[in-house]
Parts: sequence; C-alpha cells; structure tokens
Amino acid sequence: MYLWIFRHLPGPLWVRILLSAGLLAGAVFLLFDVVFPWLADVTNLTDVTVG
Amino acid sequence: MSNVLNRRAVVAQETRRTRRGRSLMVVQVAGELLITLGVIAVLFVAWQLWWTNVEADAAQESAVKQFVQQHQAPIPDAAAAPAPAAPVDPANVPVASAPAHGAAIGVIYIPRFGETYSRPIIEGTSRDVIDTLGLGRYAGTAMPGAVGNFVMAGHRQTHGAVLDNIHTLVPGDKIYVQTADGFYTYVFRNQEIVLPDRTDVIAPVPTQPGVAPDQRLLTLTSCNPRFGSEERIIAYSVFDSWQPLSAGPPAAIAQQLAALQGKA
Repeated sequence: MYLWIFRHLPGPLWVRILLSAGLLAGAVFLLFDVVFPWLADVTNLTDVTVG
Repeated sequence: MSNVLNRRAVVAQETRRTRRGRSLMVVQVAGELLITLGVIAVLFVAWQLWWTNVEADAAQESAVKQFVQQHQAPIPDAAAAPAPAAPVDPANVPVASAPAHGAAIGVIYIPRFGETYSRPIIEGTSRDVIDTLGLGRYAGTAMPGAVGNFVMAGHRQTHGAVLDNIHTLVPGDKIYVQTADGFYTYVFRNQEIVLPDRTDVIAPVPTQPGVAPDQRLLTLTSCNPRFGSEERIIAYSVFDSWQPLSAGPPAAIAQQLAALQGKA
C-alpha cells in the first residue's frame, strides 16, 4: 500500500521523499487536530466533573 | 497435442502465480493497516499525555497574564516590612456576579503546587473550558468570597494537568484566588475520593444538599486515580481572609504576581 503510493508520487526520488514527509505530517496534523479531540470527547477517558 | 498440453500447463501456472500474488498483496495491505493502527494508538497516547499539555499550558499562561495585567495590583517593596493584614469584616467581602460562560473570573495560586503555580479560573465546566483554559467554575455554585460553595473542576492529567498534585495538599495550605476585586485567601481543610455521580459534593454545604450554608468554601474536583477517571478527588478549603487589589497581593504570592505583571 505505502509502496504503491510512493511509486505513484510524481517527480524524482528526493521530491517523492519530500512529498511523503508532507503527506505524513498532514496525516498527523489531522489526527491531532480533529480525530483525537473527537475520540477524547466520545470516550470520557479524562472526565473531571461530578454529575 | 503436446503443444496444447504445454499451453494449458503455462496458463494454469500463470493463474496460480497471479492468485498467489493477489493473496500476498491482501496480506501485505492488511499488515500495513495493522501497523498503521498501532502507530495511531501510540500517537493518541502522545497527543493525550503530551500535546494537550503543550496546548493548554500556553493558553493558560496567556490567560493568566492577560488577567493580571488588566487588573494591576501594587507590588509591595520586598525590603519594606509587610503591612499587617487588616481584620476582615466578613460582611464586607465583595462577591462579583457570575460572568458569561467561558469568561475569566480570576486567577488561582496554590503555592503547594509550586512557586510559580497559577492558573486561570473560567466560568463553566464544559470541555471547551477545561480542556484548554484550566479550572472551570461549576455554573450555579457560589462565586469567590460568597457564603456557600465555590466549586471548580480541573484536569488531573492531560490538558495542562492543572490539578495534578491535588493529593499533595496538606491541611492548612493556603489557596489564593485573585479576582477583579481583590485577593481571597482560602485554607485547605480536607479531601475525599468519591464516585463520579456524587453531585452532592458541589452543594452549598457539601454532601448535605438542601442545607443552608453558613461557611464560605472553595472546592476543587478532579479525576482519580491520576491516570484514570473511575473516581473523583474532591478538595475542600475554607475562606480565611480578603484584601482589595489596591492593598497588593498576600506576601506569599507577591513575587510571583510581580513576575506575571511584568515588573520583576
């Protein structure tokens, strides 16, 4: 899967390495900014209030 | 005849090869997805235990600075003898009215949690408040200085870990609350660990709902154990004294406040 994506990225090797790093950073950002807050919200792992 | 047989054999071999290739690919993709899930789980822990603190600490520090710089208090000269605290007439302790949800009420200082420990006190206990801005006041409970129970919630771990050390409070520890009016000093009394459904701990007289209060209490609620949320840890403090902003901060937090106000 990841090999397939890497093969289909355009440009010479260094461009593809940069693009991969960018895609990875984007994925982590999406996780930190959207997915994880949502997950924390639905799981009640860190509730601190009574009631 | 042998040609046909040969061709059949070749075709059969090729089908076998592509079938094998396909199942190999399925296994490979499944494996990569499983590894990805594992990495995401590790990232989630990193986000929860580290990144939420980075974000919340920054937001809380700027909220504290903004509040103390908007409500400047004169810092007494360290060399001068501290002014004797004037006796407080309990009837004259100012009690502000509750602000809108998400607005700042003041700043809390708890020297037991560290010499530089200060956190904003914000109205409301929903996630948008306590996940970023720190201590949230339970709407409907008393305001600082009022007769009754002034109750706040804060995270034990993650999101700034504002009450990480709540279990280290010792009876007699001072808790200072600075508002737009002045400085309220509370003295820590006791703590207890309860189940999350015990809403009576935020009653005007804790654990005795319906009873009219005659004491001014400050109550902190957080989760327990430190890395779990199966229980709640509740810390009760009793009002001790009040002084207006113009009288300057209590000596114990003077240096810290000077630094926050940008005069150190």
